[in-house]
Amino acid sequence: MTEPRETIVSTPQGPMRVWRKGKGKRLGVLPGFGGQPRWTPFLDALAETRQVVVPSLPGFPGGPTSDGLDTHLDWIVATRDALIAADLVGADLVGASVGGALAAEAASLWPGDVKTLALIAPFGMFDEAEPIVDVFAQPPGAMSAILSNKPKDFDAFLAAPAGANRGDWDIHALRARVAAASIVWPLGDTGLLRRITRLSAPTLLIWGDGDKVIPAAYARRLGKAIAGKSKIKSIRNAGHVAEFDQPRTTATAILSFMNA
Amino acid sequence: MKALWFHLMPYPDLKDDFKQKHNSVWVDIDPGVYDPTIGHRAYNEYIDELVHAARMGFDGVCVNEHHANAYGMMPSPNLIASALARETTDAAICVMGNSVALYNPPTRVAEEFGMLDCISGGRLIAGFPVGTPMDACYAYGQNPALLRARYYEGIELILRAWKERKPFAFNGRFNKQRYVNCWPRPIQSPRPPVWVPGGGSVETWRMCAEKDFVYANLSYFGHKASKAAIAGFWNEMKAMGREPNPFQAGFLQFVGVAETRKEALDLYREPADYFYNRCLHTDPAYANPPGYTTEATVRSALGSQVMQAAEQSRRKVRADQNDIFDAGHVVIGSPDEVAETIRSVCKDMNVGNLMLLLHFGNMSAQLTRYNTDLFATRVLPQIRDLFEDKWENKWWPKGMPAQNRVLPGATFDAISGIAAQ
Repeated sequence: MTEPRETIVSTPQGPMRVWRKGKGKRLGVLPGFGGQPRWTPFLDALAETRQVVVPSLPGFPGGPTSDGLDTHLDWIVATRDALIAADLVGADLVGASVGGALAAEAASLWPGDVKTLALIAPFGMFDEAEPIVDVFAQPPGAMSAILSNKPKDFDAFLAAPAGANRGDWDIHALRARVAAASIVWPLGDTGLLRRITRLSAPTLLIWGDGDKVIPAAYARRLGKAIAGKSKIKSIRNAGHVAEFDQPRTTATAILSFMNA
Repeated sequence: MKALWFHLMPYPDLKDDFKQKHNSVWVDIDPGVYDPTIGHRAYNEYIDELVHAARMGFDGVCVNEHHANAYGMMPSPNLIASALARETTDAAICVMGNSVALYNPPTRVAEEFGMLDCISGGRLIAGFPVGTPMDACYAYGQNPALLRARYYEGIELILRAWKERKPFAFNGRFNKQRYVNCWPRPIQSPRPPVWVPGGGSVETWRMCAEKDFVYANLSYFGHKASKAAIAGFWNEMKAMGREPNPFQAGFLQFVGVAETRKEALDLYREPADYFYNRCLHTDPAYANPPGYTTEATVRSALGSQVMQAAEQSRRKVRADQNDIFDAGHVVIGSPDEVAETIRSVCKDMNVGNLMLLLHFGNMSAQLTRYNTDLFATRVLPQIRDLFEDKWENKWWPKGMPAQNRVLPGATFDAISGIAAQ
């Protein structure tokens, strides 16, 4: 696995890191919890046939500050700004978890600007009959087991690399948790289902079959609300972070949908 | 030295196996545990205890705010404070306090505190806590990343609402209020003293130092646990060139007085065990929402007191006798022993406001009265003089002159028959 090319671009919220790798049609990725602290096999699998572009949303590793983003609208506008700055207007887009919620919002509010969309277990909905697990109320050390069906590997993914300043790394990780909480706290309905009716891009809804955070029924609700073409794909042996647990299968599902 | 009698108002009937059968005393506590008839008795007894403390000469009576919590049954401390304002005459009414970020708009706090100050004749101490994660972020759903900013803005709005003499527009980051007009405003001018209950957060120390608020460290683990936080406050004060007036600091201490230490151990062991091993059965999952603790405090490595307490509460026995009594969570002993400890601790920490929990856990009304009376008659006289000769207390309610106050019933009861005017 080789490292991506890194550029720093300007956004209204501040300087933003953009990672790029691969050749071909542009494919943007908005990561989930923790952001993108390092390159992953999932991104590599996508980069085999696509130019993968990973902007860094505010608060997440590589991103500008999330200070001042007080409302959901602020976050959606910041997401739109990040997509413009990373030259992703008109490109295909993947969003996972909290990044999926924002990808879905941006694609709904600016429907002409996303070509095809893949959402991996996005937040933004809430059903009292089948509530989302409170990812922010877990005992210390339990989060990885809630998110992934490979918790030890996921811990290693989030851990500081050898040689990194542990204190700084922890602060970056804290900022990412704060940003994620800012986007979805208190895990209620953000109104996504009302707005996603405006979505015109063909959309693939991906859910790990072992997602312990957001029940699979949410995929069906989302699919029903989308007026245009949508398809649900369940990933076997995967948790909430399907792209981490089954990188190759998830990437293949996305590419075959987008290339169809 | 000021001594305030503080009530948490715990639910007094958590069963012996509460810890085994229930996840937590807070946020997700089983509503089925609560019996309103026990609540009825507890509220009325607890108000009686506060009123009694005021009559026994404590300088202030103190209440606070918690939500979905079995050790603190005051989601609205102002309701209790309102009863105290009527039933007491001289003691300060210390509401410690209203979590301003949870009131929408926070003008409500300005108004209710204004009412309390008017009813009590200017005896209010206005407490402004940021609110615990359990109360503010989980029970009340506030975004932890924005809580502190909302809190600061709420305080700004309240202080302005008390100060302005004309209706004004407040166009804050979170609060947009076209017409702010605090009716009634407090009797104390320019405002009641502001006290801030806090853990060990750098931001709270700084705010208290900058804005001339009292910093009160409210730890359930006694003076030894408060020492570092109080020292942090004084360091911040020193860095800002402020004088170390002990009346600008306070701390909370559980105390059990008896004729001898042995008697105290016998009397207070059970209610202390009830508090530490049942009431403090909290879940660490609710202790550290992202953004609640700021980067500055994370870097200061003081950590979250709430988190530490919650983690310890998962142990089979949260605190045994050694932890509770020997480590100073609860100071016990004869009146002379307690007075000596308190004098020494207050001097050492340079703290002039002592907030006392003389009722804790499931303590009976009888034992509460015994503890209160012994403290009032035999401890208080030994500590009262502390700091009084050297420092001016600028953070105590001024109150109306006694001759100008209207006592409950004094005017109305004097009217007889039907007035023909």
